[in-house]
Amino acid sequence: MSSTDPGIAAPSYLTAGEPGLAGWLLTHDHKRIGILYAVGITFFFLLGGIAAAMIRINLIEPQGALMSAETYNKAFTFHGVVMVWFFLIPSIPATLGNFLLPLMIGARDVAFPRLNLFSWYLYVGGGLFTIGALLLGGVDTGWTFYTPFSTLFSNSHVVLAVVGVFVVGFSSILTGLNFIVTVHTMRATGMHWFRLPLFVWAMYATSLVMVLATPVLAMTLSLIALERLLGVGIFDPALGGDPLLFQHFFWFYSHPAVYIMVLPAMGVVSELITCGVRRQIFGYRFMAWSMLAIAVIGFMVWGHHMFVAGQSMYAGIVFSILSFVVAVPSAIKVFNWVATLYKGTIDFHAPMLYALGFIGLFMLGGLTGLFLAATALDVNLTDTYFVVAHFHYIMVGGAVMAYLGGIHFWWPKITGRLYPEGPARFAAILMFFGFNLTFFPQYLLGYFGMPRRYHAYPEPFQWLNVLSSAGASILALAYVMPLCYLGWSLVRGRAAGPNPWRATGLEWTVPSPPPKENFALPPVVSEGPYRYRP
Amino acid sequence: MNLSPPSLRSQLLTLLALLALLGLTIGLAFLPLGALNAALALAISAAKTLLVMMYFMRLREGHPFLRVVAAAGFAWLALLLAFSLADYLTRPLLPLP
Repeated sequence: MSSTDPGIAAPSYLTAGEPGLAGWLLTHDHKRIGILYAVGITFFFLLGGIAAAMIRINLIEPQGALMSAETYNKAFTFHGVVMVWFFLIPSIPATLGNFLLPLMIGARDVAFPRLNLFSWYLYVGGGLFTIGALLLGGVDTGWTFYTPFSTLFSNSHVVLAVVGVFVVGFSSILTGLNFIVTVHTMRATGMHWFRLPLFVWAMYATSLVMVLATPVLAMTLSLIALERLLGVGIFDPALGGDPLLFQHFFWFYSHPAVYIMVLPAMGVVSELITCGVRRQIFGYRFMAWSMLAIAVIGFMVWGHHMFVAGQSMYAGIVFSILSFVVAVPSAIKVFNWVATLYKGTIDFHAPMLYALGFIGLFMLGGLTGLFLAATALDVNLTDTYFVVAHFHYIMVGGAVMAYLGGIHFWWPKITGRLYPEGPARFAAILMFFGFNLTFFPQYLLGYFGMPRRYHAYPEPFQWLNVLSSAGASILALAYVMPLCYLGWSLVRGRAAGPNPWRATGLEWTVPSPPPKENFALPPVVSEGPYRYRP
Repeated sequence: MNLSPPSLRSQLLTLLALLALLGLTIGLAFLPLGALNAALALAISAAKTLLVMMYFMRLREGHPFLRVVAAAGFAWLALLLAFSLADYLTRPLLPLP
């Protein structure tokens, strides 16, 4: 496939360059920036996780075990804002994407290395605003900042929180821009579009969504600030505005944002499966095109969040049909992964367990999404725990499983160390079990009619809530485990060698950890990315 | 892609054209043309947008791919407006119960 010459062993990116903290905080190296993001998102995942734990503890008792209604509102808002914008959206693109994209296409770095570092600072800056909002008393609008509550009624720190999200949105736009230009202009000789690894296709499709959708979020949040601070009538009917306009704008970004979370996950899983089964991916071109199809069609389905919000019935019908349509390319991907597994020699190492977990959870989340896309059923299920379970299956079950699978798979490349396989497999299985115990009861709660975002509930719902909270404690343990054994492997792990998985991508042709300049000589590509048996 | 610096003349002419169109928009606001008011105002806005894109953003002399990218941005904006309006414009057809 490629010719690369490791040549004289160059110092790795971990040791080359300026020493100390300044060497990291002022780096232009895409790999170090990927690590900086990993540290940031782990911190925010911890914060969001603490809020989630508080929510689940509170819901053990029908009248609320821990918090007042007001504090509860602030807890779930903080959980949502942090997890969506500071963990899920940057998770795979900003960490694994930054680290791997140039390596996978045979480039030395991304197209705009300084802009890449600036994106990270924007991410940190946005995070500080959001944490500031929390420290000053929190926000109680829900992560969706729905009007008129966020503009007219909420007395919490809405403006500070939306400024944080506004700033982190620009981090997302600039990362997307960087990736698009990198893929267009910096591919190695011979690396034409249909020789790109599917992870790169996923990053490309994700970047398109980031660049085209995120500006609308920035605009929408600015409009909230304008109405709150200056009284400009945009969403307030008394001033000639329309509250539903906010939902149109917000979901024009936020539905595609789901694909910002799940498309990268699909890219990771494609890499894990094809290597773990040692078979070429089934239907490579369909996989690549379906990612672009998801990215494009994903922009036309936002109205399914508004079926009962007062949207016209005709618009509802159109959005319902389009929501069914977007399931087609998603299903193509699931069928192709399963077809790749069929008659393959499956190696059940930890990354593969995460990938299999992803397929199961993504299917359950995706299929229940079709329930919600059906207008008649949505009338009953909207704003219930069914919706909460559905999007957690996609965004947490799907995206986080894939993120952790990817971290395990490329850990030897990133750190040059092998992680201990036994605890990793145990954590992956525990996570799948804990996740289902946490969120499957929520499908039932929603089906039985428990609304979301209430700090108290009728007693018949208690046993399902207790099950869910018990699952959350298992899930928390499963999330902490990788932190421990991966941290341990940094010090005690065995040296990995360049290619411990015997994988075929360009990133595996360089030493582990890679040198600062990635490739000693520019690689030349003459074959596709998956040189396994058909 | 290396573009030569824009000529001052073309920049000034574009600015003058934009100011003239702005004057036209203001003047139009005082004429009672009914529904035609909005249609003409939108047409003038579209002309202004095109001028900005062609001359200030320099898409006229840019690489075709750059023009495709710019067009995609506007296509996405059109998508947002079209589907949102599809909601507002069809509401009177079938009132909600």
